[in-house]
Amino acid sequence: MNTSKAHAGLRSISTALLYLAVISTSSVVWADGATKPAPTNPVWQEECGSCHIAYPPRFLPAESWQQLMGSLEDHFGTDASIDAGTAATIETFLTRNAKRSKTDTMATDAPLRITEGRWFRREHDEIAAAKWKSAAIGSAANCGACHREADKGSFRERDIKVP
Amino acid sequence: MKQTVFVGGLAALLFAASLARAADPLDAITAAAQADKSFSGFSAARGETLFRTKGKDWSCSTCHTADPRNPGRHTVTGKAIQPMAPVSNPKRLTDPAKVEKWFKRNCGDVFDRECTAREKGDVITWLRSLAR
Repeated sequence: MNTSKAHAGLRSISTALLYLAVISTSSVVWADGATKPAPTNPVWQEECGSCHIAYPPRFLPAESWQQLMGSLEDHFGTDASIDAGTAATIETFLTRNAKRSKTDTMATDAPLRITEGRWFRREHDEIAAAKWKSAAIGSAANCGACHREADKGSFRERDIKVP
Repeated sequence: MKQTVFVGGLAALLFAASLARAADPLDAITAAAQADKSFSGFSAARGETLFRTKGKDWSCSTCHTADPRNPGRHTVTGKAIQPMAPVSNPKRLTDPAKVEKWFKRNCGDVFDRECTAREKGDVITWLRSLAR
């Protein structure tokens, strides 16, 4: 067995093990106060959480995730390409746990940027444009600047501290 | 009998996988660089120069800082990046697949092309040469 084959073998074994290990540990408190487990996946966490936090699947509808996963070579101006097997694992996780909404359909609100969605803009309408550009925040992609538990998948009000 | 063969096969596969996991990312890169007959070894000095060379808009040091013993910051998203130099972060440059994935992406973002095996080896050699 050559090295690359052995490595591919290892990776499929670890992917399978990771699948088995998918057990949700954190929970999400929704705006209405209801608590339910935040879906999580170690492949998604590792691959989508390198350059930004791994944005929760519920932030975009399935159509948006499919488009994003199909264009990772040019991911908002940077190359985020991954191998096909990993991409398929992540896309399945994202679309299964995607935002479902009766009012926001594909035609009305399936942006590629989370920050361009109506829901996001409504939730953040009190934040001035200059605030987003401040040194402590820098970019709306930097959820953790204000949502102190964002990296753990929690965006509840009590964890918000705008710098 | 069938079960013994299966268990034996699985053990062999896991053993081979553990060997592959232990591979130094520089091994495959060295083999690729040697395909060029003029190759005469990697250079930390060339690696350092490349790391700081600005391409389209960025250099490696834009996000990883000019001293990769320090933590960096993603220039677009603002997310913290752990130090690139193994002296500060021993997990760096240990997984061949990760090394290839990030060179492919980041050379594309910085230089708008893939890096050559020699360039990758130069940068790894420089990063590994950094001491406290």
